[in-house]
Amino acid sequence: MIRVILAEWRKLRRPTLFLGTIGAALFFTGLTSIFLYLMIDSERGNSDRGRQVSREVLELAGGSVFGFASVGGLLGVIALCVFAAQTAQEYTYGTLRNLLVRQPGRLRILAGKLIAMKLFALVLVIISAIVSIGISVALSGRAKVTTDLWFTTSGFHAIGQTLLNVSISVIYFGIVGMVLGLLFRSPISSISIGVLWLLIIENLIGAVKPVTLDWMPGNQLSVIAQGGSPDVSYSHALILGTLYVFVGSIVAATLFSRRDVAN
Amino acid sequence: MTTIAISVKDLSKKYDSGFAVSHANFEVPLGTICGFVGPNGAGKTTTIRMLLGLISPTGGTAEILGQSINHPDKYLSQVGAMIEGPAFYPALSGSENLKVLATLGGFPIARVEELIRTVGLEGRGQSKYKTYSLGMKQRLGIAAALLPNPKILILDEPTNGLDPEGIQEVRDLLKKLASQGTTVFVSSHLLSELELISEYIVMLRKGEVVFAGPLQELMQAQQPLILVKTQNSADLQKVIEIAEQDGHKASIRSEVAHIEGPEEWAGTLNKKAFEAGIVLTQLAPQLPNLEETFFEMTGDRS
Repeated sequence: MIRVILAEWRKLRRPTLFLGTIGAALFFTGLTSIFLYLMIDSERGNSDRGRQVSREVLELAGGSVFGFASVGGLLGVIALCVFAAQTAQEYTYGTLRNLLVRQPGRLRILAGKLIAMKLFALVLVIISAIVSIGISVALSGRAKVTTDLWFTTSGFHAIGQTLLNVSISVIYFGIVGMVLGLLFRSPISSISIGVLWLLIIENLIGAVKPVTLDWMPGNQLSVIAQGGSPDVSYSHALILGTLYVFVGSIVAATLFSRRDVAN
Repeated sequence: MTTIAISVKDLSKKYDSGFAVSHANFEVPLGTICGFVGPNGAGKTTTIRMLLGLISPTGGTAEILGQSINHPDKYLSQVGAMIEGPAFYPALSGSENLKVLATLGGFPIARVEELIRTVGLEGRGQSKYKTYSLGMKQRLGIAAALLPNPKILILDEPTNGLDPEGIQEVRDLLKKLASQGTTVFVSSHLLSELELISEYIVMLRKGEVVFAGPLQELMQAQQPLILVKTQNSADLQKVIEIAEQDGHKASIRSEVAHIEGPEEWAGTLNKKAFEAGIVLTQLAPQLPNLEETFFEMTGDRS
């Protein structure tokens, strides 16, 4: 298993993939965190979907990671793309056969790849958290937001809790990407279907019938990152999200372990 | 200890469209070079994939080094393979691609540079795979197959894209490996190359094994040929009639009469042609070669 993880890590650490992914994550993290503070007095809102986040909210103990929690869903979409591409490309490049000749344990290959990609996702999350908190601290003065509670015991607890929630969410998004990669065996198909569903179809359906968002997989994973939302509780999102990911993983693992490798 | 490297018993793979491999039986002794030949779509790659545990047979079984193909984990550490051409990550260098596989298989990383040199890729190991020519990709594929220092080397078309010098290098490499005790199971369309290096031949046609055994045995079973050209192409038919009168099978292919018969009969033919007023411009006795034998046995001239 360790060998599979190390082999996968060799692929993940290549500069174009690693720096490109981190760059994309930092772009979204930076943008979200900057808007949160620079547009604090804007009537058009300073958070996602035009929501208004007030100074009072940002001055709470969890204020330092408010921006980071908001960007959790987007980090998840990035993870979905990376996991889907890294999985599906084994089929399109034909490299899966090389891997299976060197490590015939198919579930071991799958688990090793997943663990390596989880580590990659955690690095992504931690770097994003540091940058987001840094931007929040840097812009808090300009936005006249008091940071007295941010680095108290409860402030650090909020940082830890948000880090955990975003990590769970990002990893779940990644697993969804991996499942799509295994099902469609093509990076373009799996990424486009995943992103189309998460960013467009779910939102369209939710706009027409808001109650469906209580059950949509993408929404559950985003709510986990935010630690709950006004419409969906954290525990509901966590249980349902875990269930979706679990069922998807079982289906994909069964297919992967039994399917002929013919390309 | 087994003396058989590969043993295939009644092995089949059936898809909805029919049998890709049908009840195949053959054995490859340890330490030999075995050519695996057949027309496109004959089932060579499907057989190789089954031997490597990549696809499941629908019938029969096979053993590699005495281990069932149902448990590839028990023998794959001793097997090197390149299936259906090289396949690597385009954005990684050749060397890094090999390191991925070395890490996965638990082989020493130091072996990577050694193999890069062995296959003649020194100086290009750090270049990205996507910049490689087809020949270089092929060489990297062979290097990857050699990573485990294998007891059995399974290569599917290893000389595709190689220039004549590269083909000769691969031939010499395979001979060297066989002399060191490695069993080489190699499929190729270059039958003349296989004839030069193979001791054993497995021949497939439409998913069925039409011959499996020593190359010498296959050649001895074939009739020698006499190839005849005439000054006037209309006389070829007369030559065919002369041959058939003497009980020899004959046919015309590409304005050349192919007559099955021993070398000694060529003199008789020459005399009879002269008496019939036919001017022969070529009278060439030819021992059977693998290519001709392949065409005869598979009926494939594609």
